[in-house]
Amino acid sequence: MEVPIRATGLLGFTFFSLLFFVCTSSPLHSLFISNAERRIDATSHIVKVYLTLKVENAGSTPTSEVLLAFPPTQVDHLATVEVLVTKGKRKKTTLVRLDVKPTELPDAPDGAKYFTIFLANPLNSGESTTLEVLYLFTHSLEPFPAEIGQSESQLVHYRDSALILSPYHIKQQTSFIKTPSRKVESFTRVEPTNHAGTEIKYGPYEDRPPYSFSPILIHFENNSPFPVVEELVREVEISHWGNLQVTEQYTLVHGGARHKGVFSRVDFQSRPTLSGASSLRHLLARLPPRVHSVYYRDEIGNISSSHLRTDSRKSELEIEPRYPLFGGWKATFVIGYGLPLQDFLFESSDDRRYLNFTFGCPLLETVVDKLTVKVVLPEGSKDPSAVVPFPVDQHLETKYSYLDVVGRTVVVMEKKNLVPVQNSHFQVYYTFKPIFMLAEPLMLASAFFLFFVACVAYLHIDLSIRK
Amino acid sequence: MATMPILPNMPVLDLVKSFKLKTKQQELLIRVSILCLVYVLAFITRLFSVLRYESMIHEFDPYFNYRTTLYLTQNGFYDFWNWFDYESWYPLGRIVGGTLYPGLMVTAALIYRILHFLRFAVHIREVCVLTAPFFASNTTLVAYFFGKEIWDTGAGLVAAILIAICPGYISRSVAGSYDNEGVAIFALLFTFYLFVKAVNTGSLAWSLASAFGYFYMVSAWGGYVFIINLIPLYVLVLLITGRYSMRLYVAYNCMYVLGMLLAMQIRFVGFQHVQSGEHMAAMGVFFLLQVFYFLDWVKHMLSDTKLFQAFLRITVTCAVAVGAIALGLGMLSGYISPWTGRFYSLLDPTYAKDHIPIIASVSEHQPTAWSSFMFDFHILLFLFPAGLYFCFKRLSDATIFIVMYGLTSMYFAGVMVRLILVATPAVCLVSAIAVSATVKNLTVLLRSKNKGVQTGSTKGSSSSKASSKALLDQSQPFQKNGAIALLFGAFYLLSKYATHCTWVTSEAYSSPSIVLAARGAHGSRVIFDDYREAYFWLRQNTPPDAKVMSWWDYGYQITAMGNRTVIVDNNTWNNTHIATVGRAMSSYEDEAIEIMRSLDVDYVLVVFGGVTGYSSDDINKFLWMVRIGGGVFPVIKEPDYLVNGEYRVDKGAAPKMLNCLMYKLCYYRFGEMLTEYGKPPGYDRARGVEIGNKDIKLEHLEEAFTTSNWIVRIYKVKPPNNRW
Repeated sequence: MEVPIRATGLLGFTFFSLLFFVCTSSPLHSLFISNAERRIDATSHIVKVYLTLKVENAGSTPTSEVLLAFPPTQVDHLATVEVLVTKGKRKKTTLVRLDVKPTELPDAPDGAKYFTIFLANPLNSGESTTLEVLYLFTHSLEPFPAEIGQSESQLVHYRDSALILSPYHIKQQTSFIKTPSRKVESFTRVEPTNHAGTEIKYGPYEDRPPYSFSPILIHFENNSPFPVVEELVREVEISHWGNLQVTEQYTLVHGGARHKGVFSRVDFQSRPTLSGASSLRHLLARLPPRVHSVYYRDEIGNISSSHLRTDSRKSELEIEPRYPLFGGWKATFVIGYGLPLQDFLFESSDDRRYLNFTFGCPLLETVVDKLTVKVVLPEGSKDPSAVVPFPVDQHLETKYSYLDVVGRTVVVMEKKNLVPVQNSHFQVYYTFKPIFMLAEPLMLASAFFLFFVACVAYLHIDLSIRK
Repeated sequence: MATMPILPNMPVLDLVKSFKLKTKQQELLIRVSILCLVYVLAFITRLFSVLRYESMIHEFDPYFNYRTTLYLTQNGFYDFWNWFDYESWYPLGRIVGGTLYPGLMVTAALIYRILHFLRFAVHIREVCVLTAPFFASNTTLVAYFFGKEIWDTGAGLVAAILIAICPGYISRSVAGSYDNEGVAIFALLFTFYLFVKAVNTGSLAWSLASAFGYFYMVSAWGGYVFIINLIPLYVLVLLITGRYSMRLYVAYNCMYVLGMLLAMQIRFVGFQHVQSGEHMAAMGVFFLLQVFYFLDWVKHMLSDTKLFQAFLRITVTCAVAVGAIALGLGMLSGYISPWTGRFYSLLDPTYAKDHIPIIASVSEHQPTAWSSFMFDFHILLFLFPAGLYFCFKRLSDATIFIVMYGLTSMYFAGVMVRLILVATPAVCLVSAIAVSATVKNLTVLLRSKNKGVQTGSTKGSSSSKASSKALLDQSQPFQKNGAIALLFGAFYLLSKYATHCTWVTSEAYSSPSIVLAARGAHGSRVIFDDYREAYFWLRQNTPPDAKVMSWWDYGYQITAMGNRTVIVDNNTWNNTHIATVGRAMSSYEDEAIEIMRSLDVDYVLVVFGGVTGYSSDDINKFLWMVRIGGGVFPVIKEPDYLVNGEYRVDKGAAPKMLNCLMYKLCYYRFGEMLTEYGKPPGYDRARGVEIGNKDIKLEHLEEAFTTSNWIVRIYKVKPPNNRW
């Protein structure tokens, strides 16, 4: 009688440990990275990291999960992680995107955070695969000095590790950091280190154990403006009369080194390259094609400095804030435009309608700290549901617009720390009966009718007391 | 067969007949449709600025009104009423609810609420922008009824058309000109109309209505003083000309007593109706009317005229004496306040120039030039005397009123440019009488002659009329042709008037003055949006509690658009405070910094037109700052800034001028700037000279922001230096 109990206990234990091993430890010990190359592009204020990993399975069991590790300071600034894998033979290669999910591990050293890459085909023992990882950091170039005058150029600090943080053993690795100009004030040396032109090369380093870390600090010139949208509210209003009205409210700030002291217009106008080199003079918004009635204004009225260029594939709106933005300066504004509905609204197979629209911010090279997308459905629509490719906070609201009686349902989606790469599409499904389209015109017509009837009645009724 | 087609047609004919209107109905239809068209016309002719620029608030004062309306809609009426505004008149602040006429804001907020109740989700700014045109449309309706009351429907229609497009009125009621006057002219005319109606009918209901009209006017604009003085004057004239009647007694008493009580509800007006010298005429006439009524009653009781004469003499002397003593006592004890400077400057055009520079410094308070009369009234200017002639020819209570209104307001219009606005309705009404009466006489002449010929040829009946017409014809041989020519002349003049009005509206009165437009080198339109650039910069990039010092003209705009505290603004109630700012601007920098530190100033804003050639900038206003500053602080002397009585900024300028704060702030680093090809650097395009001081160093201030066309320059006051 004892044996089965022990056996079940043992079975349970082994099952648990098996699960544990499958999830975490088994790939940790069996996988290793034979070659890693990292290219960090720090030319703009969004730091792009291209990581090429050659992963090999030295263990005996096939595994389909690969872990990426990040130090906790970087995770807060991590906007997106994308993993691609090349498929096919030499000539017919296609890139396939793999699923990536943030993962918590219980025994992570120093609070390291993980992302799990789910391979499409499990990696058998002895096999290897090459992963192309792209991730972006926002707010990771720290201006130093933090305050600069108008004629000074902007210097920034970038902190990272010379060695790639990884839970796996890395046999060989190299890192390249690309700076926007040749002007590099200082950088940490972890031999072999080489600085040539606009590139700093760390490595190659051989045979580094898991969780190797070697902090580096690079101090270099980056005169590109740092446009940061602190808050963006995009409102997409659907009208079944054929129009999609988009209103975007921006709170823009220059996230670079703070402006200190004098702003001199003479210098700014006469020496534009030397003076205010890192100032933000204009922004480019890429809008969908066939855009119409574009406006650009703020709380106190229209801003007249904008240009719209349209062609059949895209529209480009070049906007200038009222004043050039220096570090720390703010500007709020609203961009609004109309779009033809048939480009974005479709009918799904189950007789529902859905809107297919881009999620992110149309401004190029801009970081969005907080994005709220509101989809205002027409009055009378029911059962809204949103499909978004990444996790967002969702809730519903009601909005009253022209001639609304019961109000319009608004699907609200919120996301933090967004970069332009994530301008992927989302869908909002809902049901709508076309008869509701007639409600408002009928209401107006009946109101006028009643008004005229009242006029006629007034003219025909004698209200005087005396006869 | 022949009857066949007729039968089905019969009902159709009946139908047509039943649709055919009688002459009276036709007339009504034409009248109503003309009025509707005029109503629409009055609205759309004021939309030039919206179409050409954008839907925005214009000028200076409207920005305050807009800001308060915004506050009213967001926080409700009671908060608005008790609002203490920390953002203006630092460090004094302003009790907004008690120092403004709330009529305009309440009206706009009410329209906003109604529209939202009807589910029109408009923004409050759109409501504010379109309030003035909407009320202008309503004014045309009132003008129609007023014209109908004093003359006939024809005159009413003409008056409605004239006032709809009259530039004198359009100047203050274009879309975006969200000022008290936009509503007040409607209220003024409406009150007058109701009062005249009350006098004509003697009805308590109409005079009650006029009391409420007066209340609305009091709540909307300080110009109500005109009503409360004109109506007693009118009553007095009626009394003197022996037109006293029970109707007048009822109308005036009801209107005065109720209107006064209602007006006291407005906090800004308060007890002025019984305490201020400007309102005493109305009270005097009120008591006079009672005496008159009493005498009338006594006369009725006493049959002996001699006895009555004696009684009359005694009573009148007593009444006048009691009145004079009461007034004298009130004045002496300070219970009744003396007339204010503005009131004096109305009666005496030279008063302000000598005594109150702050009133004289405002361009719209200047005496009117002849050209601006012509500009604002066009043909009405000579139709007006013609109308007066017609009025005198058919004198009645109503025409006496319009004559008096016209004459007094024309006098005031001559005193102050902005009061052309008050004269406009009267001028339009009187001119409408002229046009209507002339055209009517001419057409009657034409039609009756035709009729005369007709009657003579066909019937031969009604011989007496025909023969009299025939007699007239014989006496004036070219009468018909003359009438036709005159009619064409009138038509030509009126069409000229219409084109003139449209031209004036589109060219002169439809620019928002916040956004400046100029013609570029290739004829394209160049927009200078510098004001908003600077205000928005202030709003976004200065600490929220920053205090901005500027000349008072820009105060309202800075608080409304920049959302920052100002030292002085357009509500010029504290002359000393303004003089302090004037003194700071006209002192040397190290003296000015003391004043600015004592006022907690963080930023100084100046307007400078030297780069663009914008002439109404601070350098051109500077002498007024000197005068106003010198009026309170005698250390500032105007001659110090002039050279042989001449105001200059070039090398020959006075040394004090070249080194005062305003000069330094305007021209700081301007000496390095090339403004025009072929001119030396530092060439001031607004004044057409090369500036005299090109090496300006600032010690206590630093340039914080200058707009792209240099129109607005903002300086930051540096914190005091560390002592070690």
